[in-house]
Amino acid sequence: MNELLKSIEPAVNPNVPHLDPGDIVSVHAKIKEGTRERVQEFKGTVLFTHNNGSNSSFTVRRIASNGVGVERTFLTRSPRLEKVVIDRHSKVRRARLYYLRGRTGKSARLKQRF
Amino acid sequence: MLKGLIGKKIGMTQIFDEDGAAIPITLIEAGPCYVTQVRTQERDGYAAVQMGFSEVKPKRLTGGTLGHLKKNELPPLRFLREFRVKDLDVAEGDVLKADVFAVGERVDVIGTSKGRGFAGAVKRYGFAGGPKTHGQSDRQRAPGSRGSGTTPGRVFKGARGPGHMGNVRVTSQHLKVELVDAERNLVGVRGAVPGPRGRMVLIKEARKQ
Repeated sequence: MNELLKSIEPAVNPNVPHLDPGDIVSVHAKIKEGTRERVQEFKGTVLFTHNNGSNSSFTVRRIASNGVGVERTFLTRSPRLEKVVIDRHSKVRRARLYYLRGRTGKSARLKQRF
Repeated sequence: MLKGLIGKKIGMTQIFDEDGAAIPITLIEAGPCYVTQVRTQERDGYAAVQMGFSEVKPKRLTGGTLGHLKKNELPPLRFLREFRVKDLDVAEGDVLKADVFAVGERVDVIGTSKGRGFAGAVKRYGFAGGPKTHGQSDRQRAPGSRGSGTTPGRVFKGARGPGHMGNVRVTSQHLKVELVDAERNLVGVRGAVPGPRGRMVLIKEARKQ
C-alpha cells in the first residue's frame, strides 16, 4: 500500500491482544452518554475476526439476560476500546462460528483449549 | 486568501475522530502548487490565478511551456490550471501549500471519473435487464424498449441506452476537510473523490457553503 496512506492510518491498538474465534473475551469499551463518558463491559464469544489493516474488526456474541443473542462488532484499532481481556480459548475447527447462532444452552458450549 | 489547489489522489482509508468514530477519508497530495501566472481584469478581461503542480523532468514539456515557467524561475510542472478569484492576493512565483485549507472547511473536489468504455444500459443507467429464467435466451442484460410504438415512430433524443461511460469531469461537492498536513502537503477529505488513484484532482472552496 501507499506509504503516505499508511502514515495517516491509525496505529495498532496496544490494548487489544491477538484474538482467535472461540475466545471468551470481555471488551471494555468507552461509551458516551450525553456528556458523560463511561466504560461498558461486553462479555461473550468471539465469532470471527476480520483482519484488514485499519479496517480490522471482531464480532463478539453473548446471550443477554432474556435468552436473546446479542452480537456486537468492534473495530480493532478503535480508540474507544480501553481493554480486551481473554478469559479462555476454545477448541474450534472453523474460522467463522456462524453455527453458534442457531444454538442455545448446552449445544452452544465450546471445549476449552489450553 | 486564494482557496484552490491542484493535487493527486492517493487513495482511501479511514481514521478515527476524537470521539472514536471512524471517518472514511480520501487522501490527496495537494502541493506544492506554484502560481505560474496572474490574470487581471484590466489585461485579460477576467481575474484568475494560473497554478502549476507536479514537478517533472524538463524534457517532458514543450519548449513553450518551459519558457512560460522560466519567466518566474519556476520548476518544470506537469499540470497548469486556472482558478477564478474575486480579489487577487497572490503574486506570480508564490508557492501554495496544503494549509490554504483548514480542518472543518467544506470543499469541492473536481476530477475525471474512471473510464468504463462502451458500457451497456445495465451498468450505465442501472437498468434491471431481462429475466434470468422462464425460457429466456440472450436477454439477461438487454435494455428492453427505448420508447413507444408507431406514435412517435422514433426514439426520442436523449433516451437512455448503451454508450460511452465515465472519463468525464465530475465534481464531488461539499466534502468536509478532515485532515491537513502542511509539511507533507496532504489533504484528507471525507468521502469519495472522482477518478482512480494517482489521477490529478482540483480542490476548491465549496460553491454551496
